[in-house]
Amino acid sequence: MPTHDDTWLVVPLYNEARVVGEVIAGALPTFGHIVCVDDGSTDSSAAVAEAAGATVIRHATNLGQGAALQTGIDFVLTQTGARYLVTFDADGQHQVSDAADMVRRAREEDLAVVFGSRFLDNRTKAGLLKRIVLKTAVWVTNQSTGLRLTDAHNGLRVIRRDAAEGVQLRQDRMAHASEIVLQLGRTRLPWAEHPVHVLYTDYSKGKGQSLWNSVNILVELMFK
Amino acid sequence: MTDQIWIQLLLLIGVAVVTVLLTRSTADARHQAIRRVLLAAFVVVTASAILYPTWLSQLAALVGVGRGTDLLLYGLVIAFLSFIATSYRRMKQQDRRITELTRTIALTQVRQEQAGLPTSASQGGHSTGTDDAGAADDATTGGRQTRGAADHGEVGGGIERPDPAQPPGPDQEPDRP
Repeated sequence: MPTHDDTWLVVPLYNEARVVGEVIAGALPTFGHIVCVDDGSTDSSAAVAEAAGATVIRHATNLGQGAALQTGIDFVLTQTGARYLVTFDADGQHQVSDAADMVRRAREEDLAVVFGSRFLDNRTKAGLLKRIVLKTAVWVTNQSTGLRLTDAHNGLRVIRRDAAEGVQLRQDRMAHASEIVLQLGRTRLPWAEHPVHVLYTDYSKGKGQSLWNSVNILVELMFK
Repeated sequence: MTDQIWIQLLLLIGVAVVTVLLTRSTADARHQAIRRVLLAAFVVVTASAILYPTWLSQLAALVGVGRGTDLLLYGLVIAFLSFIATSYRRMKQQDRRITELTRTIALTQVRQEQAGLPTSASQGGHSTGTDDAGAADDATTGGRQTRGAADHGEVGGGIERPDPAQPPGPDQEPDRP
């Protein structure tokens, strides 16, 4: 039986038909409410997600992960009464147990936002290059947002309704990860970071953030 | 002078064509006014540069540039950069509009699906259309909507719907027993 009845999992989805079914099936026992925002996938992602038991919202055309996330947030705010929403990646790199821990912590410590961080403990095995790229992204994000985070571009976050109302992402593509931190910071609501384990499977490595992508992120951040 | 008459004629026709093309586009009043003023200046400068080629060289010498053609090149570079800047901004605005539009369609669609109404995406049948249609239906079909939502849950592999954490959309509210 789902235990988090007032929580919605928001999963941006783009061409992940191979794994998304498993990811949703794995999360459903813990989080009974899952919304997948299919960002104009060209494969059967949306159908797979729906068959696995998620509510699916379809973008008619591909807009980018930031746009998908915002659509998911809008859905939770306008069409559900959820108290918490959890942003969760569709490629299986996040752990459901981490997400559950983070929601629990948000409840217990009355936090409006809990950011997942893969650098608070040693569970996550990231290569040197990836580490450098991510740390650079963290540095840039911290400079522009004023928050002191240890991880950026981590898709696992718990956001309480009042904080989610302060989010209006305008960066459709990857730079939204810094933008959402900035906007959540501006709400001045209490936040924390929570150690999470990001699992780099061969699948996620194949489509993860390359060095090129981080160049794109920096450019998008500079020329808004 | 006579050996230049044909090229002068061709260039002047070119200027005229560009002028006509640029005046035809529409935008908000201020931008349009600015563009028309710039356009008038462009016509005057270009026409005089064509008719009196030495004039441009004199102007170039005045501002410390070697030849008139160099001055023209610098002007072009600036014009090109400002073109890139404005079209980038315009593209961004257009992207925003597409995003808003796509999001609205997506959210409307899922609202209809959850209310049990057929949508073009889910059933391939005819779309019921706007939210208004859904709201008009409400008064008589509250029961049907709940049933539709339950159907949706079955398709989805057994999530219970409707449920307490997901209150009905605003257009369903009045029918809640």
